[in-house]
Amino acid sequence: MNDITKNLLELISDLPGVPGGAYNIREDGQCAARQSTEHIQINPKTDKPGIDIIVQPQTKGETVYIPACVTHSDVNDLVYNDFYIGDDADVTVVAGCGVHTDGEEESQHNGIHRFFLGKNARVKYVEKHIGVGKGTGKRVINPRTFVDIGEGGYLEMDTTQIKGVDSTDRVTRGVLGENAKLVIKEKIMTDGEQTAETNFEVDLNGMGSGADLISRSVAKGRSKQVFRSKINGNTNCSGHSECDAIIMDEGVVSAIPELTANHLDAALIHEAAIGKIAGEQIVKLMTLGLSEEEAEAKIIEGFLK
Amino acid sequence: MLQLENVSLSVDDGKEILKHIDLTIGSGKFVVITGPNGGGKSTLAKTIAGILSPAEGTIRFNGEDITNRSITERANLGIGFAFQQPVRFKGITVRDMVRLAAGGDLPESQLCTYLCDVGLCAKDYIDRELNASLSGGEIKRIEIAMSLARKSKLTIFDEPEAGIDLWSFNSLIEVFLKLRREIQGSSILIISHQERILEIADEIVVLAGGKITAQGPRDQILPHLLKGESCSFCPNQEGFCHE
Repeated sequence: MNDITKNLLELISDLPGVPGGAYNIREDGQCAARQSTEHIQINPKTDKPGIDIIVQPQTKGETVYIPACVTHSDVNDLVYNDFYIGDDADVTVVAGCGVHTDGEEESQHNGIHRFFLGKNARVKYVEKHIGVGKGTGKRVINPRTFVDIGEGGYLEMDTTQIKGVDSTDRVTRGVLGENAKLVIKEKIMTDGEQTAETNFEVDLNGMGSGADLISRSVAKGRSKQVFRSKINGNTNCSGHSECDAIIMDEGVVSAIPELTANHLDAALIHEAAIGKIAGEQIVKLMTLGLSEEEAEAKIIEGFLK
Repeated sequence: MLQLENVSLSVDDGKEILKHIDLTIGSGKFVVITGPNGGGKSTLAKTIAGILSPAEGTIRFNGEDITNRSITERANLGIGFAFQQPVRFKGITVRDMVRLAAGGDLPESQLCTYLCDVGLCAKDYIDRELNASLSGGEIKRIEIAMSLARKSKLTIFDEPEAGIDLWSFNSLIEVFLKLRREIQGSSILIISHQERILEIADEIVVLAGGKITAQGPRDQILPHLLKGESCSFCPNQEGFCHE
């Protein structure tokens, strides 16, 4: 494992080194380190790049780390990771991807993650994306996440991309069974000429299922963001999506909701608010002794916390 | 401590909101500005805090001309301002804001004391965000707790009683007295319609139509004011004819 990977690991998973428990660390398209535990097996796929993560039923309180790092320019990494979460398991998955470019060529990480949750299984999925390095090569991260939640299952996805990623196209698709719940909390900040696109699509197929898709974002510089959320309520279910964005400089944000109620008892809501920082918020913080720049930074820090 | 000389302010359409205001607030004074709605009270408070700039006139603070100083500079010189309608922030907690007001690190126990002083149970509020989930009364109390933590030489309160629901005025008045005790020589400027607040003032300033129409020690001003006020509330306009 090289030093850039170690540095990226700390940024994306708050890990100072190799974690305890189950993990798989991917470096420039190769496996740098891997460990399974008694309840969580990590096996390499035989037909394509990637791993299968198998969590035994009833596994409680364990964390799986699967960070991926790209440490130089001209890497195009594509990986398929499948998670099979057994009935009644309750685990945390820390993914995340750091891309470091030092040269002129683009580097990409495309992670395709599929989650299959058994009955009453619970997963907290934490995903952090970051781009670093002084190179002019573009840092591109395109995550694809597919979630299939069985009866009574719950998945919460916390996804964060705070800086340095030049282009991202994030697709998250969910299919929910009876009484299953999906919560997605997304935080994005773009700057310069960066672009970020988010596409959520959720099918609420099971009675009593529910989805809550929340995005908070800041677009600075000349960056552009698109937020699309599509919720299909196919039975007695509830769906809520929310896009809350701050625009600065010449930043552009589009929020495009699509709610389809295919059933009389489907309750679907979308909320979107896009605008600059309220002047009175800056004034208030200035009366506490902050400069205008400090006030702005504080407001954004809170907004994306 | 604070001197305003010939301060005037107009809005964009040319209408004058403040007309040649001369006002001096001494050290250690508790001054209440009162007067009818639309008389220019809030405008005056914002002008002192630097949120609005006067078209003419001079503002001095402790002898220094601050007319062209920014909000931030005035805050750092020792002017505090509690908003009439406190601002909400997504993601910023009560703890963050009170710490920010204190200007740095603040022991947890001290933070709790400030919240207690405004009648809020610290453990219920400390980690709450200052967002739309707080009621008007709650956020107003937090605004006042921030003023306590800020310990400014001059603290301006714009209608502190507005929105204060179940919390008694006694506690609010207690807060002002405490603020005054704790900072030697500090002054408090309150914009208020409340008789109970007027009753504890050292000096009362009446602002109407953008002008100071009366100014002086409480004992001189208050009796006239109360007489006048009972008349203006009277549905029967003959009520004006007391004298």
